[in-house]
Amino acid sequence: MAELDVELVAADRSVWSGAARAVNAPASEGQVGILPGHTPLLALLKGGVVHVTPTSGAALDFTVTGGFLSVDADRVTIVADSVETGRTPA
Amino acid sequence: MAGQQRVYRQRIRSTQSLKKIFRAMELIAASRIGKARAKVTAATPYSHALTRAVSAAATHGRTDHPLTSERKDTNRVAVLLVTSDRGMAGAYSASVIREAERLIERLTDEGHEIDLYVTGRRGLSYFAFRGREVVQEWTGDSDAPTVELANEIADRLLASFLAPADDGGVKALHVVYTQFVNMVTQRPRVIRLLPLEVVDGVSEPGEHDALPLYEFEPSAEAVLDALLPRYVRSRVYACLLQSAASELAARQSAMHTATDNAQDLIRMYTRLANSARQAEITQEISEIVSGADALAAS
Repeated sequence: MAELDVELVAADRSVWSGAARAVNAPASEGQVGILPGHTPLLALLKGGVVHVTPTSGAALDFTVTGGFLSVDADRVTIVADSVETGRTPA
Repeated sequence: MAGQQRVYRQRIRSTQSLKKIFRAMELIAASRIGKARAKVTAATPYSHALTRAVSAAATHGRTDHPLTSERKDTNRVAVLLVTSDRGMAGAYSASVIREAERLIERLTDEGHEIDLYVTGRRGLSYFAFRGREVVQEWTGDSDAPTVELANEIADRLLASFLAPADDGGVKALHVVYTQFVNMVTQRPRVIRLLPLEVVDGVSEPGEHDALPLYEFEPSAEAVLDALLPRYVRSRVYACLLQSAASELAARQSAMHTATDNAQDLIRMYTRLANSARQAEITQEISEIVSGADALAAS
């Protein structure tokens, strides 16, 4: 089964990486949902919650404050200016 | 004669306490360097991701962004010099300052005016002592730079790069920092950060897979606008981190040498003190013997 290779990095550290079934992120013009086989995409992120559904284990939430997201051949890289784990109210 | 011995003893004592200080500083630097190198490693994925994205955006969007184009309207060039806040690091600050001086001389010969930006108190005091103007300085965090500091520096430099010519605008930005090669080698380096050179295919796409056709959101221009300043910030942060690791490595090896030298001095003074004591005893004996001889003869 196709899966996404997700990497979530902040300026000073790598936050999370692993295989995922789906990623949902707050792009500058609305939420984008990424599933395997997505077309290559470079999108800016606004502040909000990045929602990752890993192939195993519980879904993960990360609160980011802007950054960008790139998708290229099922490789998803989320680059955030700052990241907090969980769904903290901004 | 007794005075001589006392002087040696004093020197031994003071060298011993110096040695303890050097030893402590060596250990502190050694313990911090692991952290500094870990930070360099931790920042790598971010800069890789940025570089990939920038080259992707540049290949597909327009590349004539203000940050990538040469300016012709001004003669000023900004130089950012990264030094340490404290000394006790051997030739670390001296060699990076020398590299900066070489760059400044070259740029001046080419007819540029220099705007100096300095991080670290050592560099600052060097220029202050020589009465040379520093446009802005940042001090206090040279051995553990934060992302916030890097962003502040990068934003200031970006602002002056984008400023109009009669408002202190500069046409280029050079960064002089120290590259951490390994624990014994740190190399002063100069890079030209602005205008950016966007190199196509930094991500090295294999020839069999065509460059992916990216979709941009909201648009290629907007993405590039947002990416390039981030890229500059991440480069500045990387320079600061490299310099911090280099500073700690230089301090560790300098303090190690100082500890060894202190040990040598202690050994030498101990020898001298011993021979002074022997000389004193010998003299006392010969004084007593000759005194007794004189009494016996009379």
